[in-house]
Amino acid sequence: MEIGLNHYLVLATILFGIGLYGVMRRKNLLMLFFATEILLNSVNIGFAAISHYYADLTGQMFAFFVIAIAASEVAVGLGLLIVWYKRHNSIDLDEMSVMRG
Amino acid sequence: MEKYLYIALFAPLVSSLFSALFTAQKKKQFVGVIASLLIFTAFASSTVLLVHILNGGEPIHVTLMTWMATGGLNIPFGFVVDEVSVVMMMVVTLVSTVVHIYSNGYMDHDKSFNRFFAWLSAFVFSMMVLVMSDNYAGLFIGWEGVGLCSWGLIGFWYNKESATWAANEAFIMNRIADLGMLIGLFLVYWNTGTLQYEEAFAAFPGLDHATLVWIGIFLFIGAMGKSAQFPLHTWLADAMEGPTPVSALIHAATMVTAGVYLVIRSHPLYDLIPNVGLFIASLGAFVAIFAASMALVNRDMKRIIAYSTLSQLGYMFAAAGLGAYWVALFHLMAHAFFKALLFLGAGNVMHAMHDELDPFKMGALKEKMKWTWIMMTIASFALAGVFPLAGFYSKDAILEVGFVEHHYIIYTVLLVTAGLTAFYSFRLVALIFHGEDRYTLFGIHPHEAYKFMLWAMSPLLILAIIAGAFQHTFFELVEEALNAVHYHIHSHVTLWIMIIGTQAFVLASIFYAYKKYARKGIKVPDGTSETEQSFLYKLLYNQYYIPYFYDEYFVKPYRELSSIFWKKVDLKVVDATVDGIAKVLYSTGSATRGMQSGNLSTMLRWMVVGLVVLLMIAVAVGLAARYSAELSQFLAGLGV
Repeated sequence: MEIGLNHYLVLATILFGIGLYGVMRRKNLLMLFFATEILLNSVNIGFAAISHYYADLTGQMFAFFVIAIAASEVAVGLGLLIVWYKRHNSIDLDEMSVMRG
Repeated sequence: MEKYLYIALFAPLVSSLFSALFTAQKKKQFVGVIASLLIFTAFASSTVLLVHILNGGEPIHVTLMTWMATGGLNIPFGFVVDEVSVVMMMVVTLVSTVVHIYSNGYMDHDKSFNRFFAWLSAFVFSMMVLVMSDNYAGLFIGWEGVGLCSWGLIGFWYNKESATWAANEAFIMNRIADLGMLIGLFLVYWNTGTLQYEEAFAAFPGLDHATLVWIGIFLFIGAMGKSAQFPLHTWLADAMEGPTPVSALIHAATMVTAGVYLVIRSHPLYDLIPNVGLFIASLGAFVAIFAASMALVNRDMKRIIAYSTLSQLGYMFAAAGLGAYWVALFHLMAHAFFKALLFLGAGNVMHAMHDELDPFKMGALKEKMKWTWIMMTIASFALAGVFPLAGFYSKDAILEVGFVEHHYIIYTVLLVTAGLTAFYSFRLVALIFHGEDRYTLFGIHPHEAYKFMLWAMSPLLILAIIAGAFQHTFFELVEEALNAVHYHIHSHVTLWIMIIGTQAFVLASIFYAYKKYARKGIKVPDGTSETEQSFLYKLLYNQYYIPYFYDEYFVKPYRELSSIFWKKVDLKVVDATVDGIAKVLYSTGSATRGMQSGNLSTMLRWMVVGLVVLLMIAVAVGLAARYSAELSQFLAGLGV
């Protein structure tokens, strides 16, 4: 069976769903980061696949940008996370509700 | 000469603004001194202007700047000093100077000393604008200005309930009358296209009679309010709640005569409509006797003098209505002098008696307050019109006008009033100064006023005595401006009978008043004596039940109506709508507040929900755009 565009898009959709579920359900901040990475990378797969399908490099370039930004985001996020962990000895999301409405 | 005009006009304004700087501070003596000096400057300038006009100088006319210029409407800030306004300026500045100096003593212990001078000088400025303006619009500004200052000064002791009530009453009654005046001004502008006196007067003869009558009536309604003519008279007696110098300046000498000034100023109009003039004269004569009768039994010193002011204003209107404008203006001037003197004397008595106003609780004050006694007696003689004091010349002239013009009813009414005037004036003097002392019972130790207050009053005393001698000069001054004519009774015999008869009548009234009230054994009335039980006494004492009537038939229904509107319309409709909007917003807020739990996880979930909703909308809009043709066909099928 030839692997075509649809397969990639289905994979991207499944990964996006997993990421979205992780974002909604995870209580551990580290796991939340993983979930956002999955979300971003599912989009990257979509970009790359469509770019290849149309033989247009713009989509792949965009994917690189997303990777770069995701990396920097994780760098900053992990830094904050470590500081937070040192102070509070916990990275549970439910204990982070300081700004209550 | 224009320089003096500006000084006379703006010195009081400067004085007012200067005093206003210190209103929030403790009493500062220099405020009173500087205010008095500035008002004196205005007086000196007015004197220079009077001399200029007396020597046959041209009237001074200046235009300060354009006030309104739009389309066909062009109103400048113009001021004029002619024969009529210069007389008013003299009266206003002279009495204000005296009152300013006097107030330095009278308001000595008042903590709002500085505020008092700010209001008082502001009043003088407004009055100057009123009398000096060369158009009706400027007159109206001054008119409203004096009304405002009168409100501020009647309610000067604003922590007294009765004072604020009286201030509001005066203000509201004047507003009612001012509506009439405004309609009059609109009619003038509508029909002549201008509000400048000269141009309007030139245009009046070309208008039809009915229009002129309406203009005359509406302008006179304004005058009725300001000069407290029936039926808008109740505010004047209540205005006595203010400090006594205010009563002397505003509610005796100047502001209340503004209505008379308006009629005199508009004399080319009233000359054309003698029927309205006759109405004015009749109303004046009626008010004269009506007010005098209320003064007969009143037991409040200041109110008695206020009613006498009302009565004298009636005299002025009677003269002005019969076309004797110069006589009205002359009586206005003479009245300003002796009435202000009388009020300031009453102020001395009030000070001595610790604000006691009932003359029945005084008596025998002439030993303690010799100079006040002399001044008030002479002022009362002048008010009663005894020869050779000021009131004799002016009041006698009014009586002669009534006689010569063959309005014998008006003449008789005014003659009877002259007797009543003499009686109540000397009833007051006898009760305060003669008889036996009744004040020690109430624990009062009277003392004479400060020397400088008495000195300040002396110019008024002199003028109350000699003002009559200027009658001829005065006549020559205003002869041209007011088309003045001498009113001669042709038969000498009739003339002498009239004069001597009037004098005898007045003197008899004075004698009767002395006999009745200067004797020993006067008791403070307690409502049990036969006189006090009589219907007539009750009628007069309750001011013909007119204040009661107004309260019952105007104030109370109005209050009821207001209360209905408040409870039914305002609370149930207007407030409910506004509150409803607020409630919707508020409850939406509190219902959705739970979303902001501060928990990152919850927020992320809401974010996902938002994403899904936006996606759905985007898809729906996209589908609608794609199938729009089919959709519109489908909707048309439904008949939309």
